[in-house]
Amino acid sequence: MTPYDSYRNFRLSPRRSSLGRALAKDSPLRRLDWIMILAALALSLVGSLLVWSATRGRDSLTHGDPQYFLYRHLTNLMIGLGLCAAVILLGTRRLRTAVPFIYLAVILLLFAVLSPLGSTINGAHSWIQFGGGFSIQPAEFAKLAIVLGMAVVLSSRVDAGEREFPPTRSVLQSLAVAGFPMAVVMLMPDLGSVMVMVVTMLGVLMASGAANRWVIGLLAGGTAGALAIWKLGILSQYQIDRFAAFANPALDPAGVGYNTAQARIAIGSGGLTGMGLFHGTQTIGQFVPEQQTDFVFSVAGEELGFAGGLLMLGLLGVILWRACRIARQATDLYGTILAAGAVTWFAFQAFENIGMNLGIMPVAGIPLPFVSYGGSSMFAVWIAIGLLQSVRSQRPIGI
Amino acid sequence: MSNIPETGRTRRVTIRLVVLQVLVLSLLATLGGRLWYLQIRNGKEFTEKAQGNHIREVVEPAVRGEILDASGRILAGNETKLVVSVSRTALLQQKDHGKAVLTRLADVLGVPADDVKNKVRLCDAKTPQPCWNGSPYQPIPVTQQATTQQAMQIMERREDFPGVTAQPTALRRYTNAEGASAAQILGYLSPVTDDEVTKSADKAGRERRLPSDQIGRAGLESVYDDDLRGTTGVDRLEVDNLGRVIGSAGNTPAQSGNNLVTSIDARVQKVVEDQLVQAMADARTQYDKETHRNYIADSGAAVVMDVHTGRIVAMASAPTYDPNLWVGGISAKDYQALNSDESNHPLINRAIQGQSAPGSTFKVISTTAAVQAGYDLNGRYPCPKSLTIGGREFKNFESEQFGDITLEKALEVSCDTVFYGLAYDQWMKDGGLKPKKDAQDWFFKTAHEFGLGAKTGVDLPGEVAGRVPDRQWKQSYYDAMKNSWCEQAAKGGHEYADEIARENCADGNQMRAGDMVNFAIGQGDTLVTPLQMARIYSALANGGTLYRPTIGKAVVSPDGTLVRDIAPHEDGKIPAQGKLLEYIDQATAGVVTSGTAAWKFVGSNWPQGKIELHAKTGTAEVAGKQTTSWLTTYSNDYAVVMTISQGGTGSGGSGDSVRRIYQALYGVDDKGAIDNSKALLPKPQAELPKFNPDGTAIVPTTFSYEPGATFLDPAPPAQADQVASVLLAAVEPTRGGGYGRGRA
Repeated sequence: MTPYDSYRNFRLSPRRSSLGRALAKDSPLRRLDWIMILAALALSLVGSLLVWSATRGRDSLTHGDPQYFLYRHLTNLMIGLGLCAAVILLGTRRLRTAVPFIYLAVILLLFAVLSPLGSTINGAHSWIQFGGGFSIQPAEFAKLAIVLGMAVVLSSRVDAGEREFPPTRSVLQSLAVAGFPMAVVMLMPDLGSVMVMVVTMLGVLMASGAANRWVIGLLAGGTAGALAIWKLGILSQYQIDRFAAFANPALDPAGVGYNTAQARIAIGSGGLTGMGLFHGTQTIGQFVPEQQTDFVFSVAGEELGFAGGLLMLGLLGVILWRACRIARQATDLYGTILAAGAVTWFAFQAFENIGMNLGIMPVAGIPLPFVSYGGSSMFAVWIAIGLLQSVRSQRPIGI
Repeated sequence: MSNIPETGRTRRVTIRLVVLQVLVLSLLATLGGRLWYLQIRNGKEFTEKAQGNHIREVVEPAVRGEILDASGRILAGNETKLVVSVSRTALLQQKDHGKAVLTRLADVLGVPADDVKNKVRLCDAKTPQPCWNGSPYQPIPVTQQATTQQAMQIMERREDFPGVTAQPTALRRYTNAEGASAAQILGYLSPVTDDEVTKSADKAGRERRLPSDQIGRAGLESVYDDDLRGTTGVDRLEVDNLGRVIGSAGNTPAQSGNNLVTSIDARVQKVVEDQLVQAMADARTQYDKETHRNYIADSGAAVVMDVHTGRIVAMASAPTYDPNLWVGGISAKDYQALNSDESNHPLINRAIQGQSAPGSTFKVISTTAAVQAGYDLNGRYPCPKSLTIGGREFKNFESEQFGDITLEKALEVSCDTVFYGLAYDQWMKDGGLKPKKDAQDWFFKTAHEFGLGAKTGVDLPGEVAGRVPDRQWKQSYYDAMKNSWCEQAAKGGHEYADEIARENCADGNQMRAGDMVNFAIGQGDTLVTPLQMARIYSALANGGTLYRPTIGKAVVSPDGTLVRDIAPHEDGKIPAQGKLLEYIDQATAGVVTSGTAAWKFVGSNWPQGKIELHAKTGTAEVAGKQTTSWLTTYSNDYAVVMTISQGGTGSGGSGDSVRRIYQALYGVDDKGAIDNSKALLPKPQAELPKFNPDGTAIVPTTFSYEPGATFLDPAPPAQADQVASVLLAAVEPTRGGGYGRGRA
């Protein structure tokens, strides 16, 4: 026994109740970024209303229960919050050791989609359906896996203090880590998700401090590749028209063009304050297809107007701003990369999604983070929030 | 390597994180800007698009205004029929897109299922008729003749017939009030054409034609279409992306059209229609010595005009037709029949569209022309049996001769040679074949002053102007015909027509003596309409004023308040005034007492001493046909004109019939007894009818004229139409439903 054994029953600080502990300065709860969490929660709740409004008249989807999608969306949110809490409790360090397993699990899921287990929805073979109406879309988790996997690979030499910046070897490894799931998703084909992954990969690479040549090279390579696809006629005219229809709906009037034109009418007719929740004529009339998922922002535009749309952009802005802060304040490169990866992912996915609703981005089947209906997306973004929180928890108290 | 900071960030990473943050912010700003652009800057445009997206208009046709006679009897009304319609939008919500519903419906209606299915399919380039070419959101009528029982079956088993309605709907009905058809006066309706819909698409409100609209195409229906049409109601329905109705965005109720009160008296109209037919039948019993066969009497017209206003009390044209053929769309077969030579084109209103030479009825104008030219009203003029003018012999009718007679006598006995002489004299004064520059042309001038050669401006469509064959016309006709005349002349034939062609080719533009003298007795190239003659004889009766003939008297709103009065309009004075007018008055009265029409009037018990009539008969020669008979008459109140193509002489053809019209008007029986209580209309109806609070007219109980009846037998009262309201008892009638209303 040590001489201190007699002090066993003494404490250096006064005894505190559990509530007191929770509120104490060194409490894990106090270390969370509540502004970000509340903004994400608010956005998710607004999303649940919009999804509700978009679906309550769609009997063919709701099986006659107008609240069906509201409940499902809230359930997804609950699960998302649970996953978020679990990630926080796990902490970055323990999670870091689990990354290879997570990565492998996601790859397996992706392959499962390509196998007969997967199913096709809206032309993309991206889902695995379980019984009872549950299904997951592994591509959403692949985004997480890419961020996590690249962060581990790129930061290992730097955080070990061996290098100031990730060496070429690490960069190449990280590109492989990102490229593999992308290739699988490309096969589904879910080009929208691949687009988000490519941009996220760029963001991660940039934040890792990798040499300029990599960042610039990748950008140039991507541009050249896109140009080649365009010029070499790999895409049919129909595919090109579909892509360009966001700018000129007449190119694909029955498909994407119709969708974007109707979404634009919905948003445009919202005016300053909108028609009021549940009162949008475009929404009630179900003129906008996929309005609870990819085109959920058109509900906001029509029913909540410019004010509601700006509020949603503002909430997104708060989340991104806080995430950027976390990236800058992270204690190691791993944390920085994770946070920056999440920022890039969220920002680009939100920009692409809202942009296609507004007719300034091509139409791609990707959800609006926190808002669109969809379990996988909801889980993935809340796990990302958890990661951001645990990165924040790493920093010394007082910063 | 050594200065890795505690935060794990190098300067490069920090800079890149700032760059990332700026990029993220700019993306958000871009979205915000675009949002402003769409919602604030262009919001209005999109709001309109959204409106167009989700609002569909369903039209509710307005009940068309009624056409009433001077006492408020409905001539053209609306009849409530049970129309079974099918809503496509409701059908499409069915699992089988309504197939079963339509089959059941066909079963109830007792027609093949395909008939019903075809009627509700939408027209497109590949779909043959029958198909629906209106709006897909408009209920599509399947039948307009449903029985109450069928309607009950449908309405009681609504769950079996989703989207099917059986509703009483107002359809046009030409009522034959008092037995008068008035077909050519009333005209008819037909649906708008696609072209008309397209042309008016950018117009608003009433000016915009909708595919369900009916438009007046002839007669009063056409002229007063704007008044009668009313305003179509519009139901604005909110629909979803599949066209399913999800709500209402307000509606504009249909507004019934205004009613038109006319100066027509249905009872007099009936008499005139009957007497025109009778006159033609009478004419066919008479032998034509020229053609050695009975008169054909192929067509005819009659007009009764109020001489003091120009209002038309009755107007008939024969042959006639049933205007109800047009209701609900005329069949191709019926349409062809109405436009065939076989039926002799009954759609033509021969009172305003039929024209022929006026024959001797023109002599009142010639007399006026002679007096205007300076001939003494009291002078005597030779009436030999014939005159040779320009190498041709011009004879009197049946080569009569009367010695030297006054103009009055010349009118009375219809002596042609007196007018030949006067016209020839004038023609010579004007320079003969070498006309002076300032030729007076009194005869042509006077004809124009009587309103000939020009439309009267009656409120009916398609009126023709007739023709005064003056020098100007002669020249323009020559210019048009010269080539064909000269071609025929060059062939060198020796037929009569060849001779004429040769003559015309040489100097067909010349006003020859023959043309002139022919014109003076209303023959030759002169053309007049019965309405023009009625107007002229009205002017003789009223002291010399030419009125614009009218049928419309007032436009009255559906609740009976006056919207617009159609006042009589003076177009001018005829040049016969004062002494001359008295003179003509006497002469034309002489025609009734001792002249050409005496045997049909005074000789047939007309009480000339109590009710003075004036008349002029006319027999116009028509190349290649039997003569056209004319009888133009007037009393102090009315001018009555009747003409029958290939009908013989004016008095022989129409004398009895015209007298009977007067008998009916003034209540005179065949023995000459007058009973005012039996007179249909001893004075023209000046007042507008009175209206009940619901807008229906208060029609006096009336009786009709019985030709041949003497006043010892009381005439049976007219039967009020007991219209089949029984059929409709089960369902609520629309306004104006049942055309017999307001008659009690």
